[in-house]
Order: sequence, then structure tokens, then C-alpha cells
Amino acid sequence: MTLVLVALVFWIAMWWINQRLVAVDTGFNHSLARSINFAVPLIFGVTLLVVWELVVRGLQIPFVLLPPPSMIGARIASSLPILWADFQQTFLKAVLAGYILGCGSGFIVALLIDRSSFLQRGLLPLGNFVSALPIVGVAPIMVMWFGFDWHSKAAVVVIMTFFPMLVNTVQGLAAANHMERDLMNTYAASWWQTLTKLRLPAAAPFIFNALKINSTLALIGAIVAEFFGTPIVGMGFRISTEVGRMNVDMVWAEIAVAALAGSVFYGSVALAERAVTFWHPSIRASRN
Amino acid sequence: MMTKNGKTIPVLTVVLAIIAIWYASVVMMNAPFVYDQAERAKVEPPAFSELISKTMAQERPVLPAPHQVAEEIYKTTVLKKITSKRSLIYHSWITLSATMLGFIIGTALGIALAVGIVHNKAMDKSVMPWVITSQTIPILAIAPMIIVVLNAAGISGLLPKALISTYLSFFPVVVGMVKGLRAPDSAQLDLMHTYNASTSQTFWKLRWPSSMPYLFTSLKIAVAISLVGAIVGEMPTGAVAGLGARLLAGSYYGQTIQIWSALFMAAALAAVLVMLVGWAHNYVLKRMGEKPEGAIA
Repeated sequence: MTLVLVALVFWIAMWWINQRLVAVDTGFNHSLARSINFAVPLIFGVTLLVVWELVVRGLQIPFVLLPPPSMIGARIASSLPILWADFQQTFLKAVLAGYILGCGSGFIVALLIDRSSFLQRGLLPLGNFVSALPIVGVAPIMVMWFGFDWHSKAAVVVIMTFFPMLVNTVQGLAAANHMERDLMNTYAASWWQTLTKLRLPAAAPFIFNALKINSTLALIGAIVAEFFGTPIVGMGFRISTEVGRMNVDMVWAEIAVAALAGSVFYGSVALAERAVTFWHPSIRASRN
Repeated sequence: MMTKNGKTIPVLTVVLAIIAIWYASVVMMNAPFVYDQAERAKVEPPAFSELISKTMAQERPVLPAPHQVAEEIYKTTVLKKITSKRSLIYHSWITLSATMLGFIIGTALGIALAVGIVHNKAMDKSVMPWVITSQTIPILAIAPMIIVVLNAAGISGLLPKALISTYLSFFPVVVGMVKGLRAPDSAQLDLMHTYNASTSQTFWKLRWPSSMPYLFTSLKIAVAISLVGAIVGEMPTGAVAGLGARLLAGSYYGQTIQIWSALFMAAALAAVLVMLVGWAHNYVLKRMGEKPEGAIA
């Protein structure tokens, strides 16, 4: 019980520190403000881990139910080769290939239907509709068609990422307003010039929105598709087999890798967004 | 309206085109099997017209024809008793109940978190980044473990599946509600201040009403995604009932028609749920005296 009490005290202490940190008047000291903005979520995260560890050990929750973080960390350190092989199979092969193909084809189709308002009006509602559907359900079909290896997973990822990209790109291409288009018209700019100089930059925030949504969807699609059959490597495969063997610490290690991969993937897309759409108000405002 | 900006005709055209492509692919993808059979039976490969009819009447086609899927759906919904294990309606109900439970918990949790984030600066700074990080974790990958572990702990049935839906659906609600609760501009907040309104009065009379459009937009996403959560929650654990279990069983036994019919049932379910939220949205906005979406034009 003492450990649980320690956890409670730790929680309260950290919460108090955070409250104080937030209340600090940073004035025009931007570097201080930035480090506070960085420290507060970090403290929160560390608090969660410590409380998790203490509560699990204090209440003696069976490790099968919820292993403490230290055990998961040890497991990660001791089985790096397996984790790397799984990561390679699922992320480097299936997710990346599917992501690039799906986003690329969504983008190209959006450009192709750009000139036909008929096709746009026909495809947009359908695209919106399909985006709401449980597309992961096609996973068994894809495994049947493309076999057990990573190609079938990439196919699921392609289907999952295609429609968000299509819908967002079409919306983005319509984002440039009439004034700006009239100006391009006055310059006698061709369709292609208008596209590269005005409409694509204007569409960039929408396109990056789709890229960000897709980065999480892609990982989910690939992992879920592995439940339907896979060679004996891959994150989804590892998770489902180790669950069966009650090796819960290995499962959590795999989840930690997936979380890390997902966060880095999302983060790198977000960084690319900052670099490309530096002019957008939502980014200008946060760059003091 | 119909000629220039109508959507019905273009959408119908695209749908018809998709069905046409579908039939063409049925012939292409199922033809090898027909030729193979002809070769095994040591008969001449069938003529083209015969080939087409044969590709559309296989029991386990690579790609079932649309009418086969429609027939299967009709057989398993209208002709079977609802209580039958083979009725798609029965399976849909299992999935739907998990979806709804998860959706309700997720919405409540999301709103509670958003209220906390808006009213407490420490929570805003510490919780919000983790809420976003939480969504980069592919929760669906953890789904099987959550279910197995909760089963081991003696919790089984609806709740584990619903928890996955909860995890997926709380995120759009948090993000939308934080935006919505912060939607009133400073002039409106100042007015409440002038009235000497308390925090709770400001909340109920200003923040809450002005967050409604944001809430319903998030709810549409949340309900669709919690259906995905429930379906995936049924897949990896050998669940015996539900649309996800149908998908899994279909894939084990190569029953492609069954997979496709479960898939279409799931799609229909998603469409109905999103539409219901849309109706609720319009109704609430109307009661609040605002013009519903699309009525402005």
C-alpha cells in the first residue's frame, strides 16, 4: 500500500509543479516560454510512467494484466533484433510502400478530375462517404488476392489512404479564391502555371492534413491486415501470437515500437508541413 | 439547382461506372478458375458468353459479382430469422451495441477532458500533447491484447470491444470540443464578464451552446471510427458473433461472398450512423434558432 501512497504523493507534487510552471509569467522571454511548453507535457508523461510503475507494483497487479514499464523496457532492450525485423517487415515495407502509392494516386486522381466539375461532383460525395467506412474490413480480401507477404498489407494501406488524400486535395485545389485566380488569368497564365504557382501552394495545408491523417491510418491498416495471415514476422503477427502465449511484456514492447514509429512518422510529416506551408497563419502564429 | 450544381446525376454516373468496372473485373479475375476447371474436366474451354455466365455463378469466386453479394445480403437479412446465428442482422446488432456503448463513453470522456482543458491551464499544457500522441499509437494493434487481457481479468462481452471504440472516438470529440468551447470571441466573453456571470454560467449560457456545431462535426467522425473499433475488436480474438467475426470466419474458409456481404453491411451501418448524427445536428441547430447546414444557399 505504501507504494500506492508514494504514487499518489508523487502525482500531487508533479501536478503542483506543473501548475506553478504554467503560472510563470514569461513576458517576452521566448526561450523560457518554449522550455516551459516542453517541460510541462514531459513532466506529465514521466508522472504517468512513475505512477503506473508504482501502482502496478504496489497493488501487485498480475504481470499478465499490466506489466510495469520497467519490465517492458527490459524486454525491449533484450529483444531488439526481433523488434527490428518486425519493424522492417511492417513499417519499412508495407506501410511506406502503401502510403506512398496511396497518397500519390489520390493526389494524381485529384489532379486528373480537376478539370471536370462533373467528375468532381460525382466523386467527392462518394469519397467522403468511403472515408467514413470501416475500410480495414477489406484486409481479408486483400490477403486472399495478394498473398501473405507485405504486398497485401501495402494494398490495404493504399485503399485506406487513397480517399482522404483525394478528398482533401480536391478541396485544397478549390481553396484559392476568385481574386487570386482572376489575377493569374490577367497574367495570361496557363492552367499548368496557375496550378504550380497558385493552386498547389494554396492546397498545401489541405494536402498535409491528409498526409497527417494517413500517417496514422497507414500503420493501423498494415498491422490489422497482418491478423489475417502473414509470414512469421511483422508487428501485427507478433502481437497476436504473443498475446496467445500470454507474453504480455513482449506485446507491450511491440506496442511501444509502434507508438514510437507512429509518432516519428506523424512528427516528420508535421515538420515537413512547417517547412512547406511556412506562410500559413496557424504556423506563423506559433513561431515567435 | 439540379443542372448546374446537382450531385445526384454525377454521383449516379460514378456509381454506375464503378459497378460496370466491377462486373468487368469479375470476368477477368474469375476466368482463370473457369479455364482451369475446363482443363481438368478435359473439355474445350468455354466460349465467351458461357465464360461470362460461369464467372458470375461460382461458389467461392475471387471477386463475387455485385448481384451475388446482393443476393447473399438479402438471404441473410430478410429470409433468416433475426435470432439465427446466420442472420447478418444479428451480427450487426452485436457490433452495433459495442459501437454505441463505446461511442457514448468516448463522447462523455471527450467532453469531460475538453471542459477540463479549457478551464485549467495546466491541463491544457500537459494533457493536450498526450491526447495527440495517444492517437499516433495504432490502438487497433493493441485491440486483441486489450480483449484477451480483460477476458483474463474476468471482463468479457461488450465492454472490451466498447473500450476500443472509446479510445478511438474520444479523440475527435476532445479536439472538436476544445475548439468549440473556445469559439466565443473575447467580446462575448467580456459581455458575460460585464454581467458578472460565474464560470459555470458562462459555460452553460455561452460556451456550451456555441460549441454545438463543433461537437456534432466531431461526433460524425467519432461514430464512424468507433464502428471501425468495434469491428476490429471482434477480429483477432476468435469472437463468435459480430461483423468482424463474420469477416474473419469468411477469410478462414475462403467464403468471399460472406466477406463482401459483411463488408457492405458494415458500410450501410456506418452510413446510417453518420446520417443519424447529421439529423441530430440539424435538429439541435434548428432548436437553437440557427439555420441548418446547407439551408443558407
